[in-house]
Amino acid sequence: MPTNAYGNIPVSSRINRLGAFYPLLTARWLGLGRVWARFRTSGTTPVLLPRDRAGHGPAVGREAVGATIKTMPFSLARVLAGLLALAPVFALPLAKPAEAKDELVIGMTQFPATFHPSIDSMLAKTYVLSMARRPLTMHDARWELGCMICVSLPTIENGGAVPETIPDGKKGVAVTFTFRPGLKWGDGTPLTSRDVAFTLEVGRHPQTGVSNQEFYRSLYKVDAKSDDTFTLHFDKLTFDYNAVNDMGLLPVHLEEKPFRADPAAYKNRTLYDTDTANPGLYYGPYRIAEVTAGSHVVLVPNDTWPGAKPRFKRVVVRVIENTAALEANLLSGAIDMIAGELGLTVDQAVAFAKRHGERFNVIFKPSLVYEHLEPNLENPILRDKRVRQALLHALDRETIVQQLFAGHQPVAHTGVNPLDWIHNPEVRKYPYDPKRAAALLDEAGWSVMRGGFRHNAKGERLSFELATTAGNRTREAVQQVLQSQWRAVGADARIKNQPARVFFGETVRKRTFPGFAMFAWYSAPENVPRTILHSSHIPTEANNFAGQNYTGYANPEMDRLIDAIEVELNREKRRALWKRFQDIYAEDLPSLPLFFRADAFVLPKWLAGVEPTGHQGVSTLWIENWRVQK
Amino acid sequence: MTRFLATRALQSALVLAVMSFAVYGLMGLMPGDPIDLMIAADPKLTPEDANRLRALHGLNRPILARYADWLWLALQGDFGYSRLMSRPVPDAIGPALLNTLKLMGAAFALALLIGLPAGMLAGARPRSRLDYAVNALAFAGISIPSFWLGILLIIVFAVLLGVLPAGGVAIGGGGWTETLRHLALPVATLAVAGIAGQARYMRAAMAETLRQDYIRTARAKGAGETRVVLGHALRNALIPVATVIALDFGALFSGALVTETIFAYPGMGRLIYDAVMGNDFNLALVALLFATLITLVANLLADVTYVALDPRVSFEERDA
Repeated sequence: MPTNAYGNIPVSSRINRLGAFYPLLTARWLGLGRVWARFRTSGTTPVLLPRDRAGHGPAVGREAVGATIKTMPFSLARVLAGLLALAPVFALPLAKPAEAKDELVIGMTQFPATFHPSIDSMLAKTYVLSMARRPLTMHDARWELGCMICVSLPTIENGGAVPETIPDGKKGVAVTFTFRPGLKWGDGTPLTSRDVAFTLEVGRHPQTGVSNQEFYRSLYKVDAKSDDTFTLHFDKLTFDYNAVNDMGLLPVHLEEKPFRADPAAYKNRTLYDTDTANPGLYYGPYRIAEVTAGSHVVLVPNDTWPGAKPRFKRVVVRVIENTAALEANLLSGAIDMIAGELGLTVDQAVAFAKRHGERFNVIFKPSLVYEHLEPNLENPILRDKRVRQALLHALDRETIVQQLFAGHQPVAHTGVNPLDWIHNPEVRKYPYDPKRAAALLDEAGWSVMRGGFRHNAKGERLSFELATTAGNRTREAVQQVLQSQWRAVGADARIKNQPARVFFGETVRKRTFPGFAMFAWYSAPENVPRTILHSSHIPTEANNFAGQNYTGYANPEMDRLIDAIEVELNREKRRALWKRFQDIYAEDLPSLPLFFRADAFVLPKWLAGVEPTGHQGVSTLWIENWRVQK
Repeated sequence: MTRFLATRALQSALVLAVMSFAVYGLMGLMPGDPIDLMIAADPKLTPEDANRLRALHGLNRPILARYADWLWLALQGDFGYSRLMSRPVPDAIGPALLNTLKLMGAAFALALLIGLPAGMLAGARPRSRLDYAVNALAFAGISIPSFWLGILLIIVFAVLLGVLPAGGVAIGGGGWTETLRHLALPVATLAVAGIAGQARYMRAAMAETLRQDYIRTARAKGAGETRVVLGHALRNALIPVATVIALDFGALFSGALVTETIFAYPGMGRLIYDAVMGNDFNLALVALLFATLITLVANLLADVTYVALDPRVSFEERDA
C-alpha cells in the first residue's frame, strides 16, 4: 500500500486549492530575501518555495521583514523601507479592532440574496439572521430539541400539545406556545400572537414567494390565546409535531402594509430588502445596522433583547468568496474568524491548521452533510445489489478520510449520522475487503478478467460512468481514488464531470446520469428522507421530474417504514423502525455511503463560547455566549 | 458629422437589440433554472412548491414570450427586479458600477500616467538601457497573472507589513483615506498590466513614427530632440494608441472579475458573474447590455479621436 492513494504526489499538494501558488499564502514560508537572492544568482524567474523544507521557517512578523530587507539590494530595500515608514499612517485604523476586541469580524464565502426570513433558503442568510432573530424551537449542540423564544417546549405528555381531529376527519395536533417575557422588536413593539398569525398568512399565500410552503400547508390555523400565547394547529400528527424550527416570524406592524398592498409584489417590497437596517425587523440579541451588497453586513446589539446581553459592540460579517483570499484576510487581521458553516473546506482547514495552528483554534465538527454515490438503478450493471455491495467493499474509505481529511470526516455506513440518536451502531458495514468484493463480482457474473477489467459471459465490460461537479477539488480528488480502487478489482469507472448547474439542474434532476452521481445531501436531526427514498418521489417525465429519488429506488417495505416513522410518536418504537430502516438501507445500498462532511471553524485563540452544532441550527443562534477569553 | 453620428446611433441600437436577444437566449439555454438552484440548497422543497415558484417567476413560460415581456417593459424604462440582489436592477447595478469606476478608473489613470510616458521615452531611445528596462518591466507586467500578483500583494502589504487592508470596501462608507486604502492593492494589481500594455503600445507607435520622413526633415531643420518627439512625433504616435485606450475605456464599466474576487471587491465583474451563474436574467442582461453600450460608445470616441488627431481623416470621408 503506498503512503498515499495517488502515487508519488503528496496528498497535501493535490488538495491545495491554488496548487503551486498555495504556499504563497503562508507568511511563515515567504522569504523575500531568499527569493531575491535566488533571482539574482540564477538569473531566471524567481520560484517561491518554502524557506526550509525541514519545517523551520523564519520568525513571523515585522521583525522578520526588517531582517529580510538587509539581504536585498539597496534600491529594493529603500522601497520597502519607505513603505514601512508610511506604515503608521495607514496602519492605525487597521490595528484598532484587534486591540479593542469589542468588535468581531467574521469571514464567510457567500452573500445572502435576500434578508427576508421565509423567501429563499440560503445558508448565508440563516447565518446572519440567526444573530438578529430566533426560531421558536431549535435543536441544540447536543441535537436535543428545545425552546429558543418560548417558555417551555410543549409536548403531549405535559399537555402543551393535544392531538385533535381536523375538519377533514384526519388526525392533527394543536400545539400551544408562550413567548418568553419581554420579547420586543428592535423598535420597541412587543412580539405578539398577531405576528404569528400574520406570518402564517404570508407563508400560506401562493404569491408571496415563500420558497418552502410545506410547513405552512401543514400549519393551517393559529389561535391567539393572548398577546404572548397562541396555539398552532397542524393537519397531521407527526413525531416532530413540536419542532417549529423554520417559522420566520414577521413584524405585522411593519410588513402588513407592503403585503396587503399587493401580495404578488410583496417579495420585491418587503422591508427586509428595501429597508434592511430598520430595527423593527429584528428581535434577537443583534440587529442589522448596515448592509453593503456583496461586501459586508454590520450588526449592533439590539437594546430590546430580553435575553443574555451580547458581548461584542459590533459584529461585521465580511463576504470573501475566494478561500485563498479568505485565509489571507484572516492572517492579516482583517477578519477575526472564518465561519465553519460557510468557510474553508476540511482539506483546506487541515492544511491551514498545520501552518497556523499555533495562532488559531481550528475546530472540526462532523455535520449532517452526507457525501455519497447515487447509482442510476436503471443501469443493468448497478441494478444488481451484489455489484453495489462489491463496489463498496472495494473502497478503502477509512484511508480516504485519513489521507484527505486527516480523519476529521467520519466514514458513513448509511445516511444516518452517528451523532443522531436514531443511529444504529450495529448496522451492516462494508469494510475495505478487495477479496470479498472480487467474490461478490464473480457471483454476479463479472468473472472474466480481460485487459485488467472484468467482463461477463456476454463479453460486456464492468464499466460505468462516475460523475460529479466539475471544479470541486475535494470531490475530484476523492473521485480519482475511487476510480483507482475500483480498477484494482477490475471495475472501470469513467470519470465524466459537469459544471454544478448542469450536473444538478439537468443531469441529476432528470436522472440522465448513466452510472454513479457523486454529491451530498443536507439534512436535519432525525430527518425522514421521504423525498429521497420513497418510490412516490422518483422523478419522471410524466411527473415533470418532480421528486429527489434520483436513483429510482423502489422498495415497498422502505415506503411503509417511511410512512410509519413519520407518525410514530413513541420514541422507542420509532427507534426500532429506524433500525429496520438502516438495515434495509445497508443491505440494498440505494446509494453508496462515503462520509459525513465536517464544518471547519477557524477561530482566534481569544474567542470562547462558539459551539458548532453540525446540523441546520447554525452557531450564531447562540452568539450571545461568544466572548473574549480572559 | 450629424449623419455619421446618426448612423452610428442606429447601428448601436441594432447591436444592443441583437445582444439582448442573444444573451437572453443563451441564458435560457443554460441547463436548470433558479428553482433548480433552490432545490439544490433545500432538498425539502416539494415538487408542488417548485412548480408554484416556477409559475410565480414566469419560468414555466416559453423563453421567447419571457423575452418579449422583458423587452416591452425595458423599452418603457422598467428593467425589472434582481432576484439575487432583491432590489430593482438599476439599484443593484448602481453601487457596483460606482465601485468599479473607482477601481478601474484609478487603474486606468495610473496606466495612462505611467505607461504612456514610459513607452514614449523608450520609443524615443530605441535599444537604450531605458528601452530595455521599460521592455523588460512591460513584459513582466503583462505576463504576471492578476490572481497571483493580487495574492502576493495581499501577503506583502496586508499579512507581512499589515499596512493595507486585504480587500473589501470600507465599513460605513469610510472617509476618503479609508477608500484609498481599500483601493490601493486592487488598483495596483490592475495597474501593473495596464501600465505594461500602454507602455508597449506607446513604445511601438513612437518608434514607428520616429522612422518617418517628416521626422528626419524636422531633425534636418535643426529641431531639438524634445521638440521632435513632443511637437512632431507624439500626435501621430497617439493615433494607434487612441484605439487601444478607447477600447480599454469600455472595460472600465464591466469590471475585473479575477481581481474583484481576490480582493472581495463588490464591482461589476462579480455582479455579472454572479448574475449569470445564479440565473438572474434581469440583472445579467442589463449589466451586459450596459457594458456593450459603453464599448460602443468607446468605439465611437475612438473614431472621433482619430478625426481630432489626424487631419487626413474626416467624417465626410467616412460618410462617403
